[in-house]
Amino acid sequence: MLKDQDRIFKNLYNDLGTDITSVQKRGDWVNTKDLIVKGREWIINEIKDSQLRGRGGAGFPTGLKWSFAPKELGSRPHYLVINADESEPGTCKDRDILRFEPHKLIEGCLIASYAVQAHVCYIYIRGEYFIEGQKLQAAIDEAYEKKLIGKNAAATGWDLDIYIHYGAGAYICGEETALLESIEGNKGQPRLKPPFPALIGLYGCPTIINNVETIAVVSTILRRGGKWFASLGREKNTGTKIFCISGNVNNPCNVEEEMNIPLKELIEVHAGGVVGGWENLQAVIPGGSSMPLIPKEKCESLTMDFDSLVAEKSGLGTAGVVVINKDQDIIKCMARIARFYKHESCGQCTPCREGSGWMWRMLERMARGEASKEEVDMLGDVTKQIEGHTICAFGEGSSWPVQGLLRHFKDEIKKRNKFDPIVKENKNIPYLVDQHLLDKNA
Amino acid sequence: MSLKRPAKDQPDNFEFNSSSLKAAEEMISKYPEGKQQSAVMALLYIAQRQNNNWIPLAAMKYIAKFLDMPYIKVYEVATFYSMYNLSPVGKYFIQVCTTTPCMIRGANKLVEACKEKISENESELSIDKDCSWMEVECLGACVNAPMMQINDDYFEDLDKEKTLKILDQILKGETLTPGSYRGRINNEPENNRKTLVDIKNA
Repeated sequence: MLKDQDRIFKNLYNDLGTDITSVQKRGDWVNTKDLIVKGREWIINEIKDSQLRGRGGAGFPTGLKWSFAPKELGSRPHYLVINADESEPGTCKDRDILRFEPHKLIEGCLIASYAVQAHVCYIYIRGEYFIEGQKLQAAIDEAYEKKLIGKNAAATGWDLDIYIHYGAGAYICGEETALLESIEGNKGQPRLKPPFPALIGLYGCPTIINNVETIAVVSTILRRGGKWFASLGREKNTGTKIFCISGNVNNPCNVEEEMNIPLKELIEVHAGGVVGGWENLQAVIPGGSSMPLIPKEKCESLTMDFDSLVAEKSGLGTAGVVVINKDQDIIKCMARIARFYKHESCGQCTPCREGSGWMWRMLERMARGEASKEEVDMLGDVTKQIEGHTICAFGEGSSWPVQGLLRHFKDEIKKRNKFDPIVKENKNIPYLVDQHLLDKNA
Repeated sequence: MSLKRPAKDQPDNFEFNSSSLKAAEEMISKYPEGKQQSAVMALLYIAQRQNNNWIPLAAMKYIAKFLDMPYIKVYEVATFYSMYNLSPVGKYFIQVCTTTPCMIRGANKLVEACKEKISENESELSIDKDCSWMEVECLGACVNAPMMQINDDYFEDLDKEKTLKILDQILKGETLTPGSYRGRINNEPENNRKTLVDIKNA
């Protein structure tokens, strides 16, 4: 288990308070100026050395992303945008950062803004997190008051304004370009990439977009050194991560742990075990609903990091671990996820808009045992038609969980759906459209 | 995609009152000059708060003029995002999360409770018109499942009995404390905390 002194989010359960005096005792906002005077290059190199990968799901190296921002400030201003539109089912880590560690985020914003030369930072919070947003706003106001942000922020000579922008219940706005569209006051429909936001983003200006957790760990990395962060976890999958363990476990919780921690340890030690015992485990969704599920056999030895989960044809995503035990109907669980994606598709690309509804309806029928045998393979085909044929990664996000189900639970679906199409049963039904097929069989 | 339709009965006029006007001006000042359209989402929220938690078409027209943008673009935004109510909802607006992590911990029991106490169908006002409920997608409190949101507040770690009790109190007009209803502190593992224990005991 990770040692307490190596935990970044010491106030994850709000034992210590969130005001400036309390956070300074924990080491935040203490020597911010000393970090910033070391310069942009030092900051970006330190983040590169730490091998920090984005915590929002895709796992893109953060230092590399920052280095994409133009080196010289041109006629267009640069922007920093923080993605707090946390809506992936199974994930609720950013909520706790916004509530209990807001100053880590704000300090991270200052450092990141300096590194990418932004004077304005927008924090896009999902609309449902209104209370959390208010807590963050209170922390921002406090930081303004103490002159930690604003003009000459924390006496660094850098000006920074931070604004909160509330979303309004659209999952797709977690996609970075949809998020930019949303801030610009449009429907949240993703843009084609390239051009990438680092060059043409918010209002057509260079924009760096990072997840809340990514930015919140930055100040600690700089204080303790990139090498310290890189010493945790394993090569290319370094540092700590907040895991959200939900579903059929005895003690669902959020916990900060080292990358590459065994899944079994997460569930057994922190979450108090599977309801009904480990033997009652059916499957685990390792990284939020868009990642393919992993059956029990593989959960025994699985370790939780980006690369080892990709090797299992799944992904770490947001590290929202959803545990499903044998009391649940796995097909029904996936049908519900498919309904989520059907509801949240933005409707821009046809394969996703139509396909997400198809997948949902087919899975609902399969859960009831009303689908025909052929449809099981057809469902796999539908997922392939969506995946890779859409503007944004929502297409993959909606089809991967279904593919995961087909990969590991195809027998279960086939067992339940033995139904053969009516034509083959050779029933003489006069109004049947496919009547001509009957005649051929006869 | 979700389908949303504006209410049939629409008021003829809508105007920001003075406090809304002040809030709206403040919102616009957050964005660069000439980019006032960015404030459309915030202004729709302000209109919704002013108008008993729903947005009439007149408000969209008003906001379009206010921000100097086409009415259809405001309409687009208002219909795209699910948190804008385009028809009246109860004074107490209850949203039950039923996405998979909540579903496998018994969210449908919460739905049953809402059906018993409020109305048979979702998005339907209760008899006294004070309350309405609907099923929503993930509210982002998965480790506190099952849960529901009443207006701005999250009520977590529920079951059917607790939900019935909460709804009873709400219908009586009592104010309730949000948060966990199993007495746990935030998102810590109940009675099983292995991390940051020294800090807790300090």
